[in-house]
Amino acid sequence: MAKKTLNIIESAYRAVMEEQDDTIMWLLAAMAGAGAQHTVVLRGNAVNYAVAGQGAPGLTVGDWKQTQAPKMDRDLVDLMEKRKIPVYVIEEDVAERGIDRGELVPGVKLVSRTALPGLFAEHALISHW
Amino acid sequence: MKKTLTIALMDPPYESENLTTAFRILNVAAGRGYDLNVFAYEGASGLAFVRQTPHPNPVHGKNVAEENHPTTKDQVAALLAEAERHGGKVDWVNCGMCVDERGVGDFVPGTRRGSPADLHALTEASDNLLVIPTK
Repeated sequence: MAKKTLNIIESAYRAVMEEQDDTIMWLLAAMAGAGAQHTVVLRGNAVNYAVAGQGAPGLTVGDWKQTQAPKMDRDLVDLMEKRKIPVYVIEEDVAERGIDRGELVPGVKLVSRTALPGLFAEHALISHW
Repeated sequence: MKKTLTIALMDPPYESENLTTAFRILNVAAGRGYDLNVFAYEGASGLAFVRQTPHPNPVHGKNVAEENHPTTKDQVAALLAEAERHGGKVDWVNCGMCVDERGVGDFVPGTRRGSPADLHALTEASDNLLVIPTK
């Protein structure tokens, strides 16, 4: 039985244009395929990954055009639905940024900062990215 | 009136959003026919490394062609071509010692090896300097 790991993702939109995904969400999805058991908590600016309908125009440099620009909301849904990784967002961080709960992709769970110790206790390892 | 701009970059490829911003600015300036100097310092000295290779994305379920993964070497080459097309030029200088540290001395044709003295000379000859540092 794999150790359950709680992954707190705080660094957001780091190199997502060049990588066409978030490096940590990608890593967790790939590790899930190898049998890892992960849970994700989005905190700080990373809560914005859960906002539905976001997207960035691809980069263009002269004749070179990016055709597969990142879609963070799609990747987050894939993490939950395809990889069966539970995803929480810190509700205070969502509120501070003026994000309405109705703007979030279906499936994400809101969790208060004060409830985090309970989540910590359910996991063998905690990784803060 | 034609402008000459110098931009100093520090971030390595695939580590931040700074370079995407830099390439957006450079692309617009090249489209206006400006002469551009780029000093690729520290990690940015890997931007023009020609052995960068696109890869598939198994998490996205896409092969190499479908994922069409960006490489900064292609962006550098496209920038040089865009400037030339609009009557400008790009002097892309890869910091020599930074390149040696990283073993990335195989550059995109049209870029060159240089030193801090080049940054000084380029700055002196420019209308303005924009530094996009690593934070």
